Amino acid sequence: MNGALLVAAGAAVGAPLRYLTDRAVRARRDPLLPWGTFAANLLGSAVLGLVTGAVQAHGASPQLQLLVGTGFCGALTTYSTFSYETLRLAESGARRWAAVNVAGSLTAGLAAVYAGWGLAGLIG
Amino acid sequence: MKGAVREAEILAVVALGGVLGAEARYGLGLLWPTPVASFPWTTLLVNALGCLVIGVFLVAITEGRPAHRLLRPFFGTGVLGGFTTFSTYCLDLHRLFEAHQPGLAVGYLAGTLAAALGAVGLGAAGTRRLLAVRRAGGAAA
Repeated sequence: MNGALLVAAGAAVGAPLRYLTDRAVRARRDPLLPWGTFAANLLGSAVLGLVTGAVQAHGASPQLQLLVGTGFCGALTTYSTFSYETLRLAESGARRWAAVNVAGSLTAGLAAVYAGWGLAGLIG
Repeated sequence: MKGAVREAEILAVVALGGVLGAEARYGLGLLWPTPVASFPWTTLLVNALGCLVIGVFLVAITEGRPAHRLLRPFFGTGVLGGFTTFSTYCLDLHRLFEAHQPGLAVGYLAGTLAAALGAVGLGAAGTRRLLAVRRAGGAAA
């Protein structure tokens, strides 16, 4: 299947899932920290680690990388909203929370990639 | 019923925007692929550009002229969200660490963060300035 079509199919699911995740989290939590974006970035990083580990280290189809990696995970996660929400926190005087958001998102995202990659090793 | 239709419209434009943004990112990645164990310039620039544009866009529609209700979900959540990527950023870091390039990894980690936050701040501040100049011009006229 054509690469661009695989990316489109993945992104058409990933982007709305980020929107729904953000809305569901906002409805439940006090929105001091942007937990919705945090959750989407965490989930997308874990899945990307899993898929890339499966493709590169365990021989899964490279088409899976385009569909799930570039398309789904790329659209599920976002750097632009993460940066904008961090800026909003800093502007509102919550500079410490802005720093917490950055440090927490980075640590969690990186840990999620490692966890996903490790899981690919256990399955494959 | 009306609420469900509105919700479906939002999901549809987020999906459409997400596809457009992801295709742009995919295309730039094909144009400028990142060689193994080297600095991921393409992803860094994609993320910085998306942050600059979201700073301009969200300030323009929240503090400037009110926009159509589907514009923010389409362009902000969809296009820019689909264009930029946090997962690839984290995967790039994992790759650089695994390739025993801790210097590049830390440089990429901090460089992306500085470029992204700098770009969103610049976009927002520049747009606010422009809006203030316009308002002052409007008041004088």
